[in-house]
Amino acid sequence: MFKSLIKNSRAKSPWIMHFDCGSCNGCDIEVLACLTPLYDVERFGVVNVGNPKHADVLLVTGTVNHRNKKVLKNLYDQMPEPKAVIAIGACGATGGVFRDAYNVVGGVDKVIPVDVYVPGCPAKPEAIIDGVVEGLKKFQQKVEQAG
Amino acid sequence: MKYVILAFIGLVVAPLAGGLLAGIDRRITARLQSRQGPPIRQALYDVLKLFGKEGLALNKWQIICAWVYLIAAALACTLFFLQSDLLLIFFVQAVGAVFLVMGAMAGRSPYSQVGAQRELIQVLTYEPLLVLVFVCMYLAAGSFNISDILAVESPLLAQLPLAYIVLTYILTIKLRKSPFDFSTSHHGHQELVKGVLTEYSGPYLALTEVAHWYETVLLLGVCALFWTTNWLWMAVLLMATYFLELVIDNTMARMTWRWMLKYVWGIGLAMSVVNLIWLYAG
Ligand code: SF4
Repeated sequence: MFKSLIKNSRAKSPWIMHFDCGSCNGCDIEVLACLTPLYDVERFGVVNVGNPKHADVLLVTGTVNHRNKKVLKNLYDQMPEPKAVIAIGACGATGGVFRDAYNVVGGVDKVIPVDVYVPGCPAKPEAIIDGVVEGLKKFQQKVEQAG
Repeated sequence: MKYVILAFIGLVVAPLAGGLLAGIDRRITARLQSRQGPPIRQALYDVLKLFGKEGLALNKWQIICAWVYLIAAALACTLFFLQSDLLLIFFVQAVGAVFLVMGAMAGRSPYSQVGAQRELIQVLTYEPLLVLVFVCMYLAAGSFNISDILAVESPLLAQLPLAYIVLTYILTIKLRKSPFDFSTSHHGHQELVKGVLTEYSGPYLALTEVAHWYETVLLLGVCALFWTTNWLWMAVLLMATYFLELVIDNTMARMTWRWMLKYVWGIGLAMSVVNLIWLYAG
């Protein structure tokens, strides 16, 4: 019974950490817009934490470059399991408009495994919320597969 | 039999009530900010989820400290419901508060170190005042025993209005609400991330959260002792006090520890001494 309670609670309390991995700030503003009274993601139990040790979901905006790929990996490693990663915007998915720049590695999935991609330039707050919901489903599945 | 039921209330019902209260707290806060807010049971979901996470601890000390904090808080709360001695309860909860700080100091992260120092200063600020409030209650009711305090004929609030105000200061500090929320910020996007709680994660964070619920219920219980003659008025008093806390939390900025020490000690000591003299002379 305790196990199923925990399982149900997981989907109801996704704590999110947002990492700006060299984005143009467009996507960051949209992520923060989710917290405002208009979208109010706290309705779904989402809390925006600033600490990887408390986070369940990692939201990454922007492209990965050679400087910050270590930081991204480090943050990901500090998050306790189970966890999900969501790449936001065209940059997070592939590198977007910055793809051809000399210092850019590419999308987030070049460094850490990504569960959900949210498209857009910038991604809309509604799409980001959808992405989080989708990400939760993914990690529910992951937990079940692991036993 | 009566004691078994009372112990059950203190040990099991109290933290659940504390969890629901935390959810109501978040809901009302959201409404004050014209948001919808999470469901009432949100705090319970959060803790259950945390229990299901991978346990990443820094070292053994941190684990021990989280457990001692929880056990001390649970013990203090249970002793309260068993109508034990106020001083005993005071010392037991103080042990818990200190162990929370020690656990935070077990890590070398600057956030948790600074948070731990600030938490220590908060403990230093409210402990003497709490003792003074208990002394006031002793003088008014003639005993430190809760069962004797419950037996008074007229509400203590009439004799101890200033001590009650001091108690609300203590409550604000203990609940870590603005303007005294600098040891752990409620929203982790501020200068200290999560302060003392930064290094606790997963199940250990859940332990500290449950301990916090126990402490909340304990302090509200002490508030309730100020109006024990009538259940209705006791409920009104508690609800008014908690709502006041929420309004203060939402309208105040975060201050510094220096300000807290000066202000709370200045006003708190003065008010409790005046109340003591009044009792003694009256
Ligand atoms: S996807 Fe567009 S808006 Fe988002 S970070 Fe990249 S360039 Fe900026």
